Amino acid sequence: MLEKALKGGPKYWSWIIFLLLIIGAGFTVYLNQLQEGLTITGMSRDVSWGFYIAQFTYLVGLAASGVMIVLPYYFHHYKKFQGMVIMGEFMAIAAVVMCLGFIIVDIGSPQRMMNMIFHPTPNSILFWDMIVLNGYLLLNVVVGWTCLESERQRVEPPKWVRPLAYTSIIWAFSIHTVTAFLYAGLPGRHYWLSAILAARFLASAFCSGPAILLLVVFVVRKLTKYEPGKGAIGTLTTIITYAMCVNVFFFLLEVFTAFYSNIPAHGHSFAYLFVGSHGHTELVPWMWTAVAFAMISLALLIPPKLRYNQNLLPFSLSILVIATWIDKGLGLLIGGFTPNPFGEITTYWPTGKELMVSIMIYALGALVLTILYKIAVDIKRDLGELTTSD
Amino acid sequence: MKQSRRNFLKFAGLSAAGLCLAPSVTALASEGGHGKAHEVVNANSLHAKRWAMVIDTRKLNTEEEINALAEVCHHIHNVPTIPTKQNVKWLWEATYAEAFPNQEDNYPSEDVEKRKFPLLCNHCESPSCVRVCPTKATFKRPDGIVAMDYHRCIGCRYCMAACPYGSRSFNFMSPRKYLDMDKINMKFPTRMRGVVEKCNFCVERLAVGEMPACVEKSNGAMTFGDLKDPNSNVRKALRENFTIRRNPAAGTEPGVYYII
Ligand code: SF4
Ligand code: SF4
Ligand code: SF4
Repeated sequence: MLEKALKGGPKYWSWIIFLLLIIGAGFTVYLNQLQEGLTITGMSRDVSWGFYIAQFTYLVGLAASGVMIVLPYYFHHYKKFQGMVIMGEFMAIAAVVMCLGFIIVDIGSPQRMMNMIFHPTPNSILFWDMIVLNGYLLLNVVVGWTCLESERQRVEPPKWVRPLAYTSIIWAFSIHTVTAFLYAGLPGRHYWLSAILAARFLASAFCSGPAILLLVVFVVRKLTKYEPGKGAIGTLTTIITYAMCVNVFFFLLEVFTAFYSNIPAHGHSFAYLFVGSHGHTELVPWMWTAVAFAMISLALLIPPKLRYNQNLLPFSLSILVIATWIDKGLGLLIGGFTPNPFGEITTYWPTGKELMVSIMIYALGALVLTILYKIAVDIKRDLGELTTSD
Repeated sequence: MKQSRRNFLKFAGLSAAGLCLAPSVTALASEGGHGKAHEVVNANSLHAKRWAMVIDTRKLNTEEEINALAEVCHHIHNVPTIPTKQNVKWLWEATYAEAFPNQEDNYPSEDVEKRKFPLLCNHCESPSCVRVCPTKATFKRPDGIVAMDYHRCIGCRYCMAACPYGSRSFNFMSPRKYLDMDKINMKFPTRMRGVVEKCNFCVERLAVGEMPACVEKSNGAMTFGDLKDPNSNVRKALRENFTIRRNPAAGTEPGVYYII
């Protein structure tokens, strides 16, 4: 089926070349990082994880998003999602590729990366994160590819695909839980030391992930004749709305625990993020933007009239994505490291080079996604199933 | 796995000892840590069931004194002096509030308020840094020392996020850039960029029968010995003085005690 990716119009090819150029440019910066070390980043002795790991954390959410389509489709036989199942699975593939990419660029000695496999260490959550991420990638590649192939040949998917699809649904929850455990079990990091962190990760994934997926699908719809169906879009938007409500609720639970308990260490990160601490207020405008965007997105999504307004929807979803990205792709990580174990504030901000390397990985993800979606859309077109009636 | 780990521990201990007995290291290295390594241990090497340190902050509490200790430690271990926030430190000084952030007093005694406290890796009893390390590059030796294999570390920095005492440093750049290569200690390796490092309780000195360098330099303000031996000097110091440990709420059981 890969040959489908090689046939395309000038628009398709200029987009591919554009992505390749970005990847190339980012890669030269990455080579520079390999030469100089992570000193080219804004990280420090106190904030020892930065933008890379934050993006990894955020994208795990995107990887898990497909499950919000696959689960209703397989478990509840919700047929309206038929046209989007493959989109969700392919999105997961691209997202996991980006996750792994961000981990690789974050490692100080990538030449020794295989030590994680040569010396398996079950007491390290990072070991399990590697297992679940790679497992999820494999599951989605196998299930997605096989289903599309059998669809193309107009046959039923082989029997063994079903149990794998069920496994991948449960597995999606595991990638998020394990990634949350990466943070939640650390003594002395009060912003992360919370039993609800895994639940928060899931809630935030199940709103932000499908929102990004829908936005991408809208773009695909603009470019091709692909039409996932009003019903599918409506259901997914409802899921996003519920997940966002839960996400905000969980966050408020954290705020209550931190401040009503009045334990200083528990409130300190919140204080740094939302009002500033020791005269450092770098993240305050960001965090309040996130709050405002989250509120506005809810106001635009909760009333059914506004929610099903197809012209408004891209806007509502975009600000929801921005709000969750600030919360998880910026605040969660920096808030965990600030204040440091000495109660001091060391500020962190990604450098230009760090952003370039990050853009390279996002471009890589976009490339993988473009190719996969091109194949999927072409096959759907051949089958005459590009549009879902309703 | 157990077996190879034990061999590895033995190998690590021996390589530390072997820094002063260079030929035997090459011999062992060629064996690759497999098979039964023959014991090449310095006859004077010091042993303990559980190494621990007691610091008397009544005697040792000024910036100059602590910096002098840091200088010795950093010199013998080839720790670079990097003037940015990507610095590396094995031993450093801090105020009471920084050293014991959750135990701050609203009306502290003037004396304690003024003091500076030497900080280093606590060589914890249940170290979170060991718990999270995905490659076993950080491991706890049977004698309680939390050691590191710089050659195995992949630089994921998970241990830095996990240590509740900020005891670990990462080599963001090559440390050699900030070392005077003419003056380095040839008996101890320098690190490469991309790995984490920290105080090692001077395992290489214990292996040849010497006390940790900072202890030696401290004029008796620091005591180092076996916590499991009721007659040891550290137990005597703990018996006779009131001591506290850093952030006990983290549950790591630090092996460094402070007499206030
Ligand atoms: S002080 Fe930190 S680095 Fe040292 S043993 Fe304890 S947890 Fe590990
Ligand atoms: S940085 Fe090195 S020592 Fe620390 S957890 Fe990773 S592999 Fe282990
Ligand atoms: S015990 Fe040794 S390595 Fe640790 S701080 Fe003292 S001199 Fe440095």
